[in-house]
Amino acid sequence: MSESPCAKCERLLQLYLDGGLNEIEAREAENHLDDCGYCHRQYRFERAFREHLRKTLSEEPMSPELRIKLAALRSDVRPAGDP
Amino acid sequence: MSEQAPDTAGRELAEEARDRVRFEEEALSRADQVYQVARHLAGSKEEAEELMQETYARAFRSWRSYTPGTNMRAWLLRILTNLNIDRGRRKQRRPPERSLEEGDYSLYDRLEETTGAGSSEDEERLLNRLSQSDIVDALTALPHDFRDVLVLVDLGEFSYQETAQILSIPIGTVMSRLHRARRLLKQSLAGSLENER
Ligand SMILES: [Zn+2]
Repeated sequence: MSESPCAKCERLLQLYLDGGLNEIEAREAENHLDDCGYCHRQYRFERAFREHLRKTLSEEPMSPELRIKLAALRSDVRPAGDP
Repeated sequence: MSEQAPDTAGRELAEEARDRVRFEEEALSRADQVYQVARHLAGSKEEAEELMQETYARAFRSWRSYTPGTNMRAWLLRILTNLNIDRGRRKQRRPPERSLEEGDYSLYDRLEETTGAGSSEDEERLLNRLSQSDIVDALTALPHDFRDVLVLVDLGEFSYQETAQILSIPIGTVMSRLHRARRLLKQSLAGSLENER
């Protein structure tokens, strides 16, 4: 039984986005993405999802207290006059 | 001539002190970026703050092992990841065995469904339906092994090869864990949409 091209594309999409496919597989995925509107939308979504994840998870800044604590861990070799 | 020896030694000491201060300043200037990764490698803000302090204490102690001009952020994150593993915080949650056959496409499908949008809906708008806390919770709920890989690759921006080295696992394991992590994350987010209905 042969697999539907969409199912195969779905399996390859992550690897494709991660640059983990060899040239032949990558071309195969690209051909399908060109032809299939559904997979192409999934591809665009997946790309946006990764970017969204990165942005969302980087929104919480370090607290000023932690910054002070880290600075206090420095050695005391500071040249005279340095804060 | 003989009085030159203490002079040279003095100069070397001064130079070393300068290098060290430079190192410390550079390490501190990366703290925000390192924290973003620490925050999601650790399970909570408190743990992340402890981890940051342990990391910087260790880094400042072993500053001589850093090669100037190389990637400081990566160097710090390597220390941090290993300390995090050493903390033995692995109350390992077993990954759900079921449902993994459900495809990668399901989150998008669910978002489209629940938004009642046509195919022209743009991705950003769909994604904005996922709240920050949904995303953070879904990530926190991932098994540690999976979370480590996802955070190092997607937030730490390490290559598979670097991630494999940091975690001391084969590169194939990095890839399979990464794919599983993304899939689990999306499934859990799709589930959170379900619950809202
Ligand atoms: Zn398709």
